[in-house]
Formats: sequence, C-alpha cells, structure tokens
Amino acid sequence: MPKPDSLQGSLNLLVLKILSRRPRLHGYAIMSRIQGMSGEVLRAEEGSLYPALHRMEEAGWIRAEWVTKDNGRRTRVYELTAAGKKQLGSEESRWQVVTAAVNRVLRTV
Amino acid sequence: MSLWSRLANLLRGDRLSREIDEELQSHLEEAIAQGRDPAEARRAFGSALRLREESRDVRLIAWLDSLRADAVFGWRQLVKRKVTSAAAILSLALAIGACTSAFRLIDALLLRPLPVADPQQLYALARQGIVIDGTPKTYDSWAYPAFRLMRAAVKGQAELIAISYAERTDLTYGSDEEFEKAYRQYVSGWMFNSFGLRPAVGRLFTESDDLNPGAHPYAVLSFDYWKHRFGQDPKVIGRTFRMGTDLYEIVGVAPERFTGTEPGTVTDIFIPTMMHPGAVRSDWTWLRTLARVKPGVAIEPVREKLNATSRAFEEERAKSFLDMSKQQIDDFLNQKLLLEPAAAGVSEMQEDYRSALMALAVLVALVLLIACANVANLMTAQAAARAREMALRVSIGAGRWRLVQLVLVESAWLGFLAAAIGGLLAWSSAPLIVRMINPRDNPARLLLPVDWRVLGFGLALTLGVTILFGLAPALRASAVKPVSALKGGEDPHSRRRLMHALIAAQIAFCSLVLFVAGLFVATFERLSNRPTGFSAERVLTLETVAERPQPPDLWEQVAEHLRAVPGVERVALARSALLGGWSWNNFVSVNGAPPNRVLAYFMSVSPGWTEAMKIPFLDGRDFRPGDTYPGVAIANQAFAKEYFNGENPIGKSFEMLFGEGGRSRFEIVGLVRDVAYLDPREPMLPQAYYPFRSLGDKGALRARDSATFIVRTTSSNPLALASVLRREVHRARSEFRVSNIRTQTEINQSHTVRERLLARLALFFGVVALLLSVVGLYGVLDYSVLQRRREIGIRMALGAPAGDVARRVTADVFSMLLAGALVGLALGVASARYIETLLYQVKPTDLGMLALPALTILAAALLAALPPVIRAVRIDPATTLRDE
Repeated sequence: MPKPDSLQGSLNLLVLKILSRRPRLHGYAIMSRIQGMSGEVLRAEEGSLYPALHRMEEAGWIRAEWVTKDNGRRTRVYELTAAGKKQLGSEESRWQVVTAAVNRVLRTV
Repeated sequence: MSLWSRLANLLRGDRLSREIDEELQSHLEEAIAQGRDPAEARRAFGSALRLREESRDVRLIAWLDSLRADAVFGWRQLVKRKVTSAAAILSLALAIGACTSAFRLIDALLLRPLPVADPQQLYALARQGIVIDGTPKTYDSWAYPAFRLMRAAVKGQAELIAISYAERTDLTYGSDEEFEKAYRQYVSGWMFNSFGLRPAVGRLFTESDDLNPGAHPYAVLSFDYWKHRFGQDPKVIGRTFRMGTDLYEIVGVAPERFTGTEPGTVTDIFIPTMMHPGAVRSDWTWLRTLARVKPGVAIEPVREKLNATSRAFEEERAKSFLDMSKQQIDDFLNQKLLLEPAAAGVSEMQEDYRSALMALAVLVALVLLIACANVANLMTAQAAARAREMALRVSIGAGRWRLVQLVLVESAWLGFLAAAIGGLLAWSSAPLIVRMINPRDNPARLLLPVDWRVLGFGLALTLGVTILFGLAPALRASAVKPVSALKGGEDPHSRRRLMHALIAAQIAFCSLVLFVAGLFVATFERLSNRPTGFSAERVLTLETVAERPQPPDLWEQVAEHLRAVPGVERVALARSALLGGWSWNNFVSVNGAPPNRVLAYFMSVSPGWTEAMKIPFLDGRDFRPGDTYPGVAIANQAFAKEYFNGENPIGKSFEMLFGEGGRSRFEIVGLVRDVAYLDPREPMLPQAYYPFRSLGDKGALRARDSATFIVRTTSSNPLALASVLRREVHRARSEFRVSNIRTQTEINQSHTVRERLLARLALFFGVVALLLSVVGLYGVLDYSVLQRRREIGIRMALGAPAGDVARRVTADVFSMLLAGALVGLALGVASARYIETLLYQVKPTDLGMLALPALTILAAALLAALPPVIRAVRIDPATTLRDE
C-alpha cells in the first residue's frame, strides 16, 4: 500500500484536476476518484485531504457549498474557481517540468 | 502538529468546527455506504480526530478536567512549600477575616435595610442650625405636639411615625424585689401597620392604641425578648408588668426580624407614645420622627411643608422665652429641617461609629493590600524558580491561557484557603468587637446575621484578592519565552522591578496604617490621661429609685445606714454621678444683668460630696446639713471665670433662669476646682452645685424618687461591695431600690470606649501591617541576593569590600522603602482630615506623629535586611563561581 506521503506535493494538483473534469464533488468522492483513476496506486488520506481542501478554499482556488442529499443529510461539495483554473494550469506545467526533469535524470544516470 | 490542531488553526470559531464535523461525518457515511468497514473508516481519521469526536459534546467536562488537574497540581505545589504557603495563607486569612469583620459591622450598623416594607421610603427628620448656647449642631429630637402638627401637615403625602429613643428601664412582673432591666421604646400606634409588620403572637398596636394621653397601658414585646425572657411562651399575652407606677398589659409579640429602628439596640418592649409623660409637653423633646414618604411624592415639598410647620410651632413657643436675646431666638427659629434617608434605621451608635468603622475599614483594606503584595511577591519569586517548568509546558504546546489558568488556580487555592480561615476569624471577631463597644451595664446589641450579603462580600473579596495577587505573576509566568528560559538566562531585573514596586506600595500602605494607628493611640492616651479633677478610684455609684418620691431626710437616712457598712469610707448623695450622662443646664444672671449665651451646668449634691469625690476646695466651705435649694451654691473655677471675670465669687450671688421667667437665687459659699461633668473631651464646663435638700414652690421640702449614692470604699475592688450595698439600701428603707451600680472608673472609661477600640484595633493592624511588610521586605531582599550571588561572587573576587556589596544589595530596596514611606506619610497627612472628628488634641502634622511611623519602619526594615545582607557578604566567590 502506498504511503500517505506518496502524494506529497501532488495532492493539490490531483484535486484541482479532478474538480476541473467533474465539478461539485464531495470529499469522499474526490478521495475515491484519486484512488480509482490511479488504478489503486495513489491514495489520499483523510488526514491530508481535508486540510488540503480547506487550504485551497482559503486560497480561493476552489469554492465549497453545502448541498442536501436525498437522505436529508447535508454534505459539502467543491468546485473550481477561475483562480483555481489558473492555478491548475501552472501546477500542471510545473508538474510536467518536474517529471520531465526527473525522467531525464533517470534516463541519463 | 496533529490534524485537529491544523484544522483548528485554519478555521476558527465554533460554527466552523461544527461544519467540519458535519463534513467529516458525511464523509464517513459515504465511506460506509461504499462498503468500507466502519471501524476502519473511523480509524483513518487518526486518533486526534477520534478524541475530538468523542469529546465534542463534553467540552465543558474537558475544561473541568483540566481545572481539576491544575487544582491537583496547584495543591501539590502548595504542599511542597509548606512553610511559605502557610505564611501566605495565614497573612491573607488575617487580612480577609479582618475585612469581612469590618464589612459585617458596617453592613449591620449602617447599610442593612430595616426589615420593614419598602425601607427605601423611610426618611428621618432632623434639625440643623445654631442651638441655644450658640454652637452649630444637628439633632433629631422632637416634642410630641410638634410631631402631631407636622403629621397633620403632610397627611396624604407622607406618614409620620414617632419613635422614642430606646432606653433601658426598670420593670417588674411580680414584686418590688424582682425588678429587671429592659429596653423600652415608645412608638406611634400606627407604626407596625405602616411598616407592614404582622404579629408573631397576639396583636400589634393600631392607631386606636395611641389616642389619649395615659389611656393605653399596653405593651408589645419584641420577638427576641419574648424568646429570652419567656421562652416563647404564648401564654404571655395578657400578662402584666409594672413600670414606674403604671401597670401594662402585654398584647402581642412583634415579628422575629423586627428589632426596633435603632441598629445597635434591640428593643425589648414597645409602648404607645401616648403613655409617655411628655406626650402633652411642648418643651420636652424626646422622640425621633420617621417619615414614610408615599411612592412618587417629591421629597423637597414635603420637607418644606414640615419645615414651615415646625417653625410655626417653635415661633408660638418662643413667645414665652423671656430670658433669651433676640439673636438667640432668631438662631433657634432659623434652624433648618432636614429629611434624610433612613432605610437602615437611625441610631446614636450609627453616628458614633460611622467614621470610626470607616477608618477601620480603610485600615484593614490596606492590610489586605499589603498581604496581597506579599503573596504576589512570593508567587513572582516562585514563578522565577519555575520558569523552566513553564518553558517546558510552552514548548510541548501549552497555550498562554492554559498557563494563566494554571497559576491562577494555584492562587485560588491560596485565596480560598485563606478565605476559609478568614471566615472563621470574621465569624468570631465581629461579635468580639461589638462586645468591645459595650459598656458592661449597657450592652449594645448589634445583630450580625450571616446571609448572602456577607457571604457574597466574602466571595467577591476572595476572588478580587486572588486576581489581585495572582494575575500579575500568572501573566508574567505565561509570557515566558521557552528559548531564553530553557537557556536559564531570562532578564532577572524585570522580575525584580515588579517586586520592588510592590515593596514600595507595601511600605506606603504600612506607613499609612502606622501613622493612623499612631494618631488613634495618641488620641486615646491623651483622652484617658486627661485629668477629670476628681478621684474615681474605689468609688461606687448606686443609682437608686424610690417607689414614690421620698423626702430628702429619708435619703439621708439611707446614706447614714450605708456609712456603717464595713468597707465603706464615705457616702454622699448626688442627683447623678459625674460623667454619668445626666446633665442639667440653665442660663445664669449676675446682679440682675441679662444672661450671656454661656450655659451653666448644675448638680444637686449632699454635704460631703466634694470630699467623697476628692474635689479640692479653693476657698469657702462645703454645704451644711441645713443648707437648702435655692439659697446657697458651690461654684467651680470655670463658673467664676465665666460669670465673675475670674474673681473670687465667695459671698457673691447669681440667679438661675428657667425657661419661662422663673428664677432661683443663690449665694456662692464655696469655690472648688474644675471637674469633668458631661464629657471628658470638652473643656471644663462652668458648674455650680446646690444642696440636695430642695424646697418646692410652697416652701416645703421636695421629695425625690431617684438619686445616686456616691460611695467611696476602702477596697481596691469596689464592685466586691456591690451586692452588699444593694441589699443594705433596701434593708435601710424598703421603699428604696438600687437600680444600677457602676464604678466611677467604669463610667469614666465609658466615654473612651470608641477611642480605646480604635486605638487597640489600629495598633493591632499596625503591628500586622508592619510584620507583613517586614516579611515581604526580607523575602525580596533574600531573593535578590540569591539571584545575584554570581554577580556578587564576581565582584568579591575582583576585590569589592563587604560594605560595597551590602550597599549594592540593599540600595534599590531602600530607595523604594524611602519613597514608599514618604508617599505613605503624605497620604496620611492628606487623609487625616477625614478622621479629624475621631482625634483628640492630636495634630496629624506633629513631628512626633510623623517621625514615629517613619522610624518604626526604618528600624523594622533594617532588621529585615540584616539576614540577607549577612548572607550576601558571606558569599564565597570560589564556591559560587564553581557552582555555575
């Protein structure tokens, strides 16, 4: 099983990416998507995910909203803001640069 | 950092944390719905969150839990330092106890509303102005006819109630042998109804019990009297007692809480005002007037109406003032009527002790502040010792308020332990002080209930004190910087500065207390050492009453009988004992001239009285057995000075003027030295003594129903003869009965009761204040030597002489001491005018008065400084430096 910190530095990127594909997801859905789409390789721990969500909300990249589910319970869903889209772009390109650089190192060494 | 603290740091506020909870809850549900194991899902949140989840609804309990932990920890801290803790607690307890006692007394005497309906509507009538002898005065006595007119004048706006001064009187439920004492108050029949009181048993008076003079021989007992005298026997209703020559029937018992309207006296028996012999006299002022102003009625118009009515009454009466000058009459009529709030009742004791109690309250409050400063210094010193512990707490995540709580809880331990002991102290000391106020034969009774007022005061005081001495050290301790503290090098001077400031404050308060105590002690000294002019030693005074007025010969016969009793040296008769409270004054005319405004004081005495009292003759002779009133008189020096320009008055004569044109002529046959007559504080009054044998209007000897036997005994304890003399008086003539026996010494001392109380208590608190300050000073010096031993070691290693070290250690503290003492004495001189009325022949600006406290403090401070200084100069540089 991957370590919780296997997502170190990339959790924001993943959350933003997932929300850009599919807005209005709640925390658990984001978590399961990360897990599912990475083929069970990546796993966001609850202890990291929620603080990250709140940090991003604080930064203005995502916005949260309370919705009432069919069972009458409230749940909190997140979507990307304009700032978030910009952030996603820059994070994505940074990721590309970093991974490319890492790959170059791996190839040459 | 844990998840929770991150979340909590990110988002503040209760609502937000609730939302987070809700979000996490919904996450959990989702997870479980997706088929995850609930326990596993919950575990995924980590332990911090789980804990948070569990304690979500019990945050209060968590706080209480931390409080409990702090309390246990604080207790251990106290127990660890048994001696210092005990010293802190005891000094605080003493101060808290004293403050609570003072509050109990002040509350009971001055603040507590009477237990009647709407006490805030009660007002007392008083008169302010120039009285007959030309001095300004405020007094509150009224004549019944004036009261009646005033009552009618304000009918509808206010109800006036007449209440006589509570008075100790003799009454008997059986034979003449069984006379006993009781406090009697004449009251308006409608008083009980107006006060909204219900009887405990029987009935209370109504207006119809107070209509015609002498026609309502009924009595209502106070609950207290009913309980003590009759054991709450309901059959007491209908019983009769005899007072003077009248028989009274008991008709009811007043409710338990109502003890009369005079705080300091518990009335035993209430009688309708119409039974007072002065009910029809315009010239007897014997009652207080209370006004119950109806709700919504303005006070000033009522006052004006009363003022006008009173003035009209006195104007009518002044028409018969033949011997008074126009000025005197004008002054008399221009007296202003005052209407003063009287929710707490009115009594002489209130007037006598108001400023004394306030002064004592200020003294004990100062002592409390001194004790607080001590404890604060102690806590500060301890906080220094615990800086590392605090730093450790901060570094492992304790918040600032958590530390404040920790230190405050420890302070609260001190505070509440001290309050508990102080409470016990207050419990016993307040009644003790009331007993100190009491002369033996005239016990003042101040009810001192312990109720929410007293408990609330105690609680507020304790909390206030805890905050006072605990907060500064707590804030200081919580502001600890872990890095510097763990390194062991926090700025030690800042701590010392606080301690030094506290020392200065302490010394200032202490010198203020000592200064005031000095004033009170000097007052008492001067007052009790003031010569009275007569010898009180071995003298007994027997206040004696006769069933019916008896001729002077029979009184003389009893005196003769007493002279034969073994142990009796001399016996004389007088109207009253000197300084005994009785007085008789009149204006005097010499050679038919109009009188000046100085009143002369008179006393009827038998031959041998001057000898019994050891009042020396300057000239002339004593009375002879055949001398009568009017006719001859003995004058004192002040009398000769006032009316005869200081010339020898022997052989000269004067006339005593009565209110309405009556005059009696006397020839002065003797001149005696001045004696104190009414009050030992006053300058010697002009006095004249006339013979006990007195001729009435028709030339027959006038019979008397009361007089005082002055008995000089051979024993140094004259009271040992009291019961024998009491029996012998009755045996000599069965019509005579001794109503009260007092030693002359006791009478003299009764005038200085307040001063003695003030002197004793102020001295006590002065000693306590000094002790606390010395302990505080010692503690701070000792602490600073301890802290600076490295520095001192270096200095000494470099060759500093011992004197230099001693000077360095003490310089700061002694400059603080000097500043404190100066401020304290300046405060003392400035505040002395508030206690001026309590002082006697003592000037606050006297050099001695100022030097005494200053020198005392200096001496005490030197004493306190000695051990730390010795310790400082004995520091061995080698050891100290090696230690570090």
